[in-house]
Amino acid sequence: MAIVAADTAWVLISSALVLFMLPGLALFYGGMVRRKNVLSSMMHSFVAMGVIAIEWVIIGYSLAFGTGNWFIGGFEYVFLRGIDLYSTSGTIPTYTFIVFQGMFAIITPALISGAIVGRIKFKSYIAFVALWGLIVYAPVCHWVWGGGFLTGEALDFAGGTVVHITSGISALALLVFLGKRKGYGLDAIKPHNVTFTLLGVGLLWFGWFGFNAGSALAADEVAGLAFITTFIAPAAAGLSWMAAEWTHSGKPTALGFATGILAGLVAITPGAGFVTPMAALLIGLIAGIVCYWAVMLKGKLGYDDSLDVFGVHGAGGITGALLTGVFASVGATGLLLGNSHQLLLQIEGVVITIIYASLCTILIGFVIDRTMGLKVTESEENIGLDKTCHGETAYNI
Amino acid sequence: MAIPMKYVIAIIRPERLDAVKRELQKVEVNRLTVTSVSGYGAQKGHLEVYRALEYEVNLLEKIKLDIAVNDEFLEPTIEAIQRGAKTNEKGEIGDGKIFVLPLEDVIRISTGEIGSEAI
Repeated sequence: MAIVAADTAWVLISSALVLFMLPGLALFYGGMVRRKNVLSSMMHSFVAMGVIAIEWVIIGYSLAFGTGNWFIGGFEYVFLRGIDLYSTSGTIPTYTFIVFQGMFAIITPALISGAIVGRIKFKSYIAFVALWGLIVYAPVCHWVWGGGFLTGEALDFAGGTVVHITSGISALALLVFLGKRKGYGLDAIKPHNVTFTLLGVGLLWFGWFGFNAGSALAADEVAGLAFITTFIAPAAAGLSWMAAEWTHSGKPTALGFATGILAGLVAITPGAGFVTPMAALLIGLIAGIVCYWAVMLKGKLGYDDSLDVFGVHGAGGITGALLTGVFASVGATGLLLGNSHQLLLQIEGVVITIIYASLCTILIGFVIDRTMGLKVTESEENIGLDKTCHGETAYNI
Repeated sequence: MAIPMKYVIAIIRPERLDAVKRELQKVEVNRLTVTSVSGYGAQKGHLEVYRALEYEVNLLEKIKLDIAVNDEFLEPTIEAIQRGAKTNEKGEIGDGKIFVLPLEDVIRISTGEIGSEAI
């Protein structure tokens, strides 16, 4: 197919927007940890920009988007073999498609890092994201977008399943090995700078317009739809989270409103180009409340998903995937238009992804734990990972 | 015979600092060191909620004043701090405390003056 200049320009810009979500995520997470772990936490997002970018062009892209079989792509594009200046994917250059998809591969494992802040060895984290990128991300990406068995079946416009369910459930699975932070439930483990976290959410929302509207892979009416749904759902979710929190615990916190916005971004991701703006409003309102209670559940059950990766990305991703099966009406039909089969396909995609991602994460975690060890020593945890892993301190005044 | 001196330490609410400074200037006490501290006394803490996690915060932010005075300035200094640091006429729990210590000596680094001259 011939290159369309407008499509190419939009996907190029969108790729840069998605990369910009990484510093956003780093600030979002970095603000919520204690000052002794802020660089360590931000490095979890930043180092993924190095490790996964390289892994993606060497082999990840080929495993995700090579022809392969129902489960995984092949090795035909290893080291980007066979792709040149004139290769096309739809109406954009293949190089541009590779970069855009690579940004998603980068941010997905970085999302997991929020669950395990302040206690994972840095080299083990690097090994984890590298292995997870190949064993979990590449196959699931292939299933949903690369010609695998869910392609054309389960609807996932921009990565509700591929990005958010995989990372949310894997965050929970990794806690099997990393447990709680020392002093969890006893000491005041408070965010050291909520202003970072608010700024981080702002950057994430900004970048998310590229994430969702860029996923149209064209500068067309579907991109316009994905853009407006990404405008509405987070706003609705921020407000519904705030309402839930205000009535339930008495105060509308800034951290809560920001988290609600993120929950809305996550939940609209799978349906961004399939639902109407008013459906996006409902999806956002529902997601804010569902994710609020998912996060409250953590407080009740007492596990230390430190920055609520499961509560936001897991719960929000599942909510969004299922609601896409209910509200889909643009280029697909959902339950409300009488297609109950779509909802079943959505459930199938969610369940298979949850089982696959959690089992693989436990396997990867087990192997790394037995070979390199996953958790830092108690004394390193006490001192903080900025000093013990990186030899730096964030604030020197 | 050296003139006796006192070392005054006051713990006050952060929001009263400007008022205390104004009152001290009125009685011509123009030398002051201020530190941000945290602590707790009779005043109860408050609850902070971060997502699902609640923390009882009982180490509260306070301001510590260090003031060295010649004895004749002691009473005016104490009264000035009290006037400035009280939340209202009656005063509230958490308004703070004033400690008075005997002061052995003072040396001004630049000139080498000692005792009450150096204050």
